[in-house]
Amino acid sequence: MDPNPKRPKTVDRVDSVEVVNSSESTQLLCSIDPNRKRAKTVDRVDSAESTQFPDEVLERVLSLIDSHKDRSSVSLVCKDWYNAERWSRRHVFIGNCYSVSPEIVAARFPRIRSVTIKGKPRFSDFNLVPEDWGADIYPWLSVFALAYPFLEELRLKRMAVSDESLEFLATKFCNFKALSLLSCDGFSTDGLKAIATHCKNLTELDIQENGIDDLGGHWLSCFPETLTSLEVLNFASLNSEVSFDALEKLVSRCKSLKVLKVNRNISLDQLQKLLSHCPQLMELGTGAFTQELISGPVTEFKNMFSNCRNLITLSGLWDATPLYLPVIYPACARLTFLNLSYATLRSDELANLLSHCKSLRRLWLLDTVGDKGLEAVGSCCPFLEELRVFPAHPFDQQIFLGVTESGFVSVSRGCPRLRYVLYFCRQMTNAAVAAIAKNCPDFTHFRLCIMNPGQPDYLTKEPMDEAFGSIVKTCTKLQRLAISGLLTDRTFEYIGKYSKNLETLSVAFAGSSDLGMEYVLQGCPKLRKLEIRDCPFGNAALLSGLTKYESMRSLWMSACNVSMNACRALAKEKPRLNVEVIRDEDGADDSQAHKVYVYRTVAGPRRDAPPFVLTL
Amino acid sequence: MPPPLLGIDGDDHGHVSLMTSASTMESIFPKNAGLTERNYLGLSDSSSVDSSAVSGISDVKRSNLNLKATELRLGLPGSQSPERDPDADLVSAESLDEKPLFPLLPSKDGICSGSQKTFVSGNKRGFSDVNNKVSSCAQTTMINDAASKVVSQDQTHATFGNNNKVNTSNPPAAKAQVVGWPPVRSFRKNILATNAKTNDEVDGKPGPTALFVKVSMDGAPYLRKVDLRSYTTYQQLSSALEKMFSCFTLGQCGSQGSQSLSESKLRDLLHGSEYVLTYEDKDGDWMLVGDVPWDLFIGSCKRLKIMKGSDAIGLAPRAMEKSKNRN
Repeated sequence: MDPNPKRPKTVDRVDSVEVVNSSESTQLLCSIDPNRKRAKTVDRVDSAESTQFPDEVLERVLSLIDSHKDRSSVSLVCKDWYNAERWSRRHVFIGNCYSVSPEIVAARFPRIRSVTIKGKPRFSDFNLVPEDWGADIYPWLSVFALAYPFLEELRLKRMAVSDESLEFLATKFCNFKALSLLSCDGFSTDGLKAIATHCKNLTELDIQENGIDDLGGHWLSCFPETLTSLEVLNFASLNSEVSFDALEKLVSRCKSLKVLKVNRNISLDQLQKLLSHCPQLMELGTGAFTQELISGPVTEFKNMFSNCRNLITLSGLWDATPLYLPVIYPACARLTFLNLSYATLRSDELANLLSHCKSLRRLWLLDTVGDKGLEAVGSCCPFLEELRVFPAHPFDQQIFLGVTESGFVSVSRGCPRLRYVLYFCRQMTNAAVAAIAKNCPDFTHFRLCIMNPGQPDYLTKEPMDEAFGSIVKTCTKLQRLAISGLLTDRTFEYIGKYSKNLETLSVAFAGSSDLGMEYVLQGCPKLRKLEIRDCPFGNAALLSGLTKYESMRSLWMSACNVSMNACRALAKEKPRLNVEVIRDEDGADDSQAHKVYVYRTVAGPRRDAPPFVLTL
Repeated sequence: MPPPLLGIDGDDHGHVSLMTSASTMESIFPKNAGLTERNYLGLSDSSSVDSSAVSGISDVKRSNLNLKATELRLGLPGSQSPERDPDADLVSAESLDEKPLFPLLPSKDGICSGSQKTFVSGNKRGFSDVNNKVSSCAQTTMINDAASKVVSQDQTHATFGNNNKVNTSNPPAAKAQVVGWPPVRSFRKNILATNAKTNDEVDGKPGPTALFVKVSMDGAPYLRKVDLRSYTTYQQLSSALEKMFSCFTLGQCGSQGSQSLSESKLRDLLHGSEYVLTYEDKDGDWMLVGDVPWDLFIGSCKRLKIMKGSDAIGLAPRAMEKSKNRN
C-alpha cells in the first residue's frame, strides 16, 4: 500500500460545507463530487499571471505548522487551504474519542502518522465512572489498520486498552514506533510483550500510571537483540522485577536512549551500571534509589551522575534516604524538572537537595516536606514555573501534617514566575490566596484542593469566595481552575465575570443555587470543559447552557440536582450533543439524573454504550 | 480476574484482623466462667461463626447489633458498651457538621455501601480501592478497643449487600469515605497504601505480622535483619540474602581479579560448597535451612547464619546434595 497516498489533481468544488469550529476534533460534513470541474471563481480576473498559489507549495508551507489549533484555523480560510491542510497533516489530536468516529477522521486526513486520543471523562480517574463505560481503542485501531497502515505513534489517555488491542497494534502496523499510555486500563504485561516482540522500529514505550495487570517482568526480555532504536523507555509504574541482564543489554545497545525510567526493583548499583551505558540520558526515573545492604561507602556512587551532562529531568527516588540523596547533587544544577511526588522526603532533606537545584522550572512534591520544605522551595528556586504538592495521606482525617497556606505563600514569595500550581492542603485562608495571587499574577493553571469538602477559611470561618475571586481578578491568563472549600454562588459570579481565558473548570461541593452554574455558563467565553460534582445545581442551571455546550468539549455533572426530564429536553433541543446519563447501580431514583455527561459530537449517539449508559 | 472484594488480598491488616475477630468473638461471648449462655432470644450460636462465612457473620452481627441495646450479657469489661455510644455520637455529629442547605453526604449506608459498590464496579485490575477502604477503616479502628475493632472490621466486610451502619466508631473517618475525594488517582492511592505499610515497619512499628531475625555471615563486619514473614518460600529468602550479602562475597571475588559479580556468579558461589545457610532453632541447635516446610521454619527460626562450607563440615554433604538437586 502506498505510504503516501497521492492527492488527486482534480480537487473540486465542495458542495456543502459545515465546519464545526473546534480545536480538538476538527470535522467536516461535506460532500465532494469528484467529477465536477473546478469552477472559475470571481476573483480570477483575466490576467496572464496566475494568482493561484500552487497546491504543493501551500502544502509544504502548511506542513511546518504543528499546533492543531493553528491547523484548525488554517483549514477554515478557504477550500484550497482546507484541502492543503488535510493532506499535509501528520498528527491528529482527538480530545474526546466519542466526538468523532474513526471513519470520519480517516476520510478527512489521509496521511496521518501520529494519533493522540483521550477517552473517558476526567472524573473516571477518581472512580466516578463505572467499569466498562467504553472508550475502547480497538474500533479505532481496526479502522487505522486500513487507513493508516504506516501509523507510527499512538498516545492514549483514559482509554480502555486490551491485550488484544496491543497485539493488533504490534502486528498490523509494521512501522509502529511510539506508544504512550496514561491512565488507561484493561491490559496486562502480556500486551507489552506483544509490543516488545513485534515492533521492530520501536522508539518509545511509555507506560505511565495505568490500571495494568502486572503479570511479571518477562515482557522486557522480549525485546529482540536487534532492537537498537529505543529512545524512551518508561516502566516505572510496573512492580514486577525485570531481568536486569536484559535491561542492561538493551540500554547498552540503544545509543539514542534519551528517557529511561526504571521501576522499584532496580537497586542503586544496578542503576549505576545502567547510567554508565547511557550518559546521554535526558530524563531519568531512578526507581527506589536504595540499596538492600549498605555495601560500600557512598562515595562509590558519587560519580554516578557526573557523566550525565544532558540530564534535565529526574524522578523516582521513592525510598531515597539522606544517605544516598547526595549522590544526585552533581546533576542537580542542570535539572529543570524534579519529580519527588512519590518520595517521602522531610523538610530538611528537601532543603539540602534544593540548594543545589538552581535551574528548576518544575517541581512535584509530597506534602511530607511540610511548610518548611516549601520555604526552601521559595528560597532556592526563583525560576520555578510549576509546583505540584500531592497528599501523602489523603484519606486519613486524623493526620494534621501536610502543608498549609503558609507553605504556599512562601513559595509564591520566592517564585514569582509560577504559572501552574496543584496544591493539596487541609487548611487555607482567603488572605493567603490573595497574597499568592498578588505575588504570582501569571497563573495559567490554579488547582487548589482543600481536602475536607466544604471547609471555610479556617481563621475567619468565612467561605473561600474571596480567595478564588482574587485569583480570577488578578490572574488574567488563567486557563484552568479547580476550586474547593466552602463556596457560595459568589465564587462563580467572580469566575463568570473575570476569567476571560478560562478553558477548564473543576467544581466539587460548592455553590448555593443554580445561579452559580449560570454565572459560569453566561461568562467564561472560552470555556471548553466543565466538570461538576456534588453541587446544588439543578435543571435551570443545566439548561442555561443550552447555547454554550456546542462550543465546549464536554460537561460533567454528578450528584447534582438534575432531572431526567431536563436532560431529555437538552438532548431534544441540541441534536449535535450527546446527552448521556450514567445510571446508578441501585437504580434508586429514576427521575433524577445522577451522572450526566454532555459532549458535542459529529458521530451521533454512541453505538457501543453499555446498558448503564443512557443516551437521551 | 475478579477484583478482590474483601480486600484480603495483599492487605495483611485485614487478613489478620479477620482472624483475630474469630478469636475475639469467643471472648465477647464467653461460654465459660461457670455460666451457661442461655439463648432466650433465639439467636444462632455466635461462637460457631466461621470467619470465612462472611454472610454468616453479618447475619449474626446484624441480629446481635439490633439486640445489643436490650440484651444483658457477660463479657469483658468495656467490650460491649462502646458500640452503642458511637452510634449516638455519630447521629449528633452528623447533624451538627452537615450543611443544612445541601446534604454533602448521603446517608452513611449510602456512602459506604454505595462507595463500596462503586469501588468494586469502578475497578478492574489492581486498583485495590477496596483494600484501601478496608485498610483505612482498619486504621481508624486500631485506636479503639478490640470489640469495636472486631465489629467495625466485620461490618466493613459485611456491608456488601447489607445495610448495616458501617464504621460507626469514628465519625470523621466515615465522613472521609466520599467516593473519589480527595481527587487522587487510584495508582497513587495504591502506592501510598504500600508506602504506609513499609514506613510503619521502618519506623519501628512493625505490622502485626513482621518477624525479624538476625542474619550473620562469616567475615562480614556487621549483621543484618530480615523479616521472615515478607517471604513465602525458601527461594525468596535465599535470593534476598544473596542480594544483601553480595558485597561481602564481592570483596572475596575482587581479590581474585574478577571485575563485577553478576547475580548468577554469586548464586553459584552461594550454592557451591563455599557457603551454607543455617539457622538456630528454638532448642539452640544449628540446622540446615530447607529441610522443613516454610511455615514450620518460620515458627522455629531464631536467627540465621551464612556459614562457610568449611565450618559446616557435618552439614556439608547434605548441602552439596541439596545444591545438586536444585541445579
